[in-house]
Amino acid sequence: MNTEHFKTVVAFRTVLRKEITRFLRIWSQTLFPPVITMTLYFIIFGKLIGTQINKIDGYTYMQYIVPGLVMMSIMTNSYANTAGSFFGAKFSKSIEEMLVSSMPSYVILFGYMCGGALRGLSVGVIVVFISLFFTEIHIQHLGIVILMAVLSALLFSLGGLINAIFAKNFDDISFIPTFVLTPLTYLGGVFYSIKQLPPQWQAISILNPILNMVDTFRFGMLGVSDLNIYFGFSLVCVLYICLLIWCLILLKKGVGLRT
Amino acid sequence: MYALSVQNLKKIYGNKLTALKGINLEVEEGDFFALLGPNGAGKSTTIGILCSLVNKTSGKVFVFDYDIDTDLEAAKSCIGVVPQELNFNPFEKVQDILTNQAGYYGIPKNVAVPRAEYYLKKLGIWDKRSQPAVRLSGGMKRRLMIARALINEPKLLILDEPTAGVDIELRYELWEFLTELNQKGTTIILTTHYLEEAERLCKNVAIIDHGEIIEHSNIKSLINRLNVQTLILDLRAPAHSLSNSKFHFRMLDELTMEVEVLRDMSINALINELTEQGLVVSSMRNKTNRLEELFVRLIAENKKSEAQIL
Repeated sequence: MNTEHFKTVVAFRTVLRKEITRFLRIWSQTLFPPVITMTLYFIIFGKLIGTQINKIDGYTYMQYIVPGLVMMSIMTNSYANTAGSFFGAKFSKSIEEMLVSSMPSYVILFGYMCGGALRGLSVGVIVVFISLFFTEIHIQHLGIVILMAVLSALLFSLGGLINAIFAKNFDDISFIPTFVLTPLTYLGGVFYSIKQLPPQWQAISILNPILNMVDTFRFGMLGVSDLNIYFGFSLVCVLYICLLIWCLILLKKGVGLRT
Repeated sequence: MYALSVQNLKKIYGNKLTALKGINLEVEEGDFFALLGPNGAGKSTTIGILCSLVNKTSGKVFVFDYDIDTDLEAAKSCIGVVPQELNFNPFEKVQDILTNQAGYYGIPKNVAVPRAEYYLKKLGIWDKRSQPAVRLSGGMKRRLMIARALINEPKLLILDEPTAGVDIELRYELWEFLTELNQKGTTIILTTHYLEEAERLCKNVAIIDHGEIIEHSNIKSLINRLNVQTLILDLRAPAHSLSNSKFHFRMLDELTMEVEVLRDMSINALINELTEQGLVVSSMRNKTNRLEELFVRLIAENKKSEAQIL
């Protein structure tokens, strides 16, 4: 490894370690709330209401919603981590520490993206453990589960970063999660199969990328899906590459960071 | 090789405000350079461009011959910057702020930790290393920012009003520290409103006003151009005037006299005249720092010439 590569690796590790330290230090705001929320989902939707719902694709309702809830946790936490952390650094101006350094902008991007993804995946693992208190899970395709979880975490982490780059105040980083991501997630097949929808709504739902991600992830965990999993993977990959390029351009130009 | 070479640098902000109108600036390697100017003159914009916090509109900037357009990372690795405003995460521990900053420059922990220890000890905040930065006093925060700027051992250190709001004792300590750094070979660019600071520390100076460099020279030769200095004399006994004096004077009160001494006159002549008139001077000082006097005149002249153009 030459000197420049070594420096880049050190810089990346520094940003990543800082991000991990941040979400571990404030675990009561980052890791613990999803435990409470998901436990309530499992109790209310899984135990209380779910027992009165017929099996879907051969699985109890509780089993059916586990993959969706895991994905929902991964996506929202990955997004929230980069959005909160990056905007916080902008707000306190400590982002300037990175901007004045010799670290290339793509290292900043990868450091934040991986940090956000790690928080999302950590919460995802926690939710899987919680679900084991309520039902049995036998993962059908571990490779698909891991790949989809990692890709989605990276994708949403990038989304949060872009949101933070454009954000001018704290309201701006809660707007997209509240008015765009939450509706798309709830309408993304977390709690139901789209086969239960009328045909025209099924057609509209397919346009929802979150539905494709949840469905592909569910196929990995349970072996059942409503949509084509190859399309799901392709969609995530294409979106990921697009956001990655966009984010690189934004950071390189210093949009929202340099005057 | 110049530590810094700025050529026709322009900055127009989005709101059409022209902050820099095409400035040219050279700072030699090893120099202690003062960049002076009134508020809003363009000093911080210039510094912002040098350390890539501000995008330039046009012009070229070279840091130790590295073009910031093509070799930005290499240029930035030569620079350490102490900004005007606090810009660290207040909840981070003091030592972590330094080691993380080192990490951003690609300096591994085994090098960064002893280096952080050295600078924290040097700047007298080693005992605060485990505290969150928010708990430091104002002066300590300034010192922390200086330590942070030095963690990559920069060849060019840029300080944007480093002693603003710090007490006299700390200011003197910082002056001593910066002089030592400069003597060891670090090129330093300093912006300050304390012109005594610039006169005491710096070798060369540029004065910027309304986005233009109106003066760029050696401080000593600049001060030599001052054709009048104003002295304040404290008299031992009350007096009312100087009769038939060739000096322009006025009494501030019966024990204090303000006298203007032109460049071709000597202070000896003034003392002789006072002695002849039976006045005993108990102390004497400059009304303002000499550089300050010159600075005020240059800015006023620039204002006048701009008004004439308009």
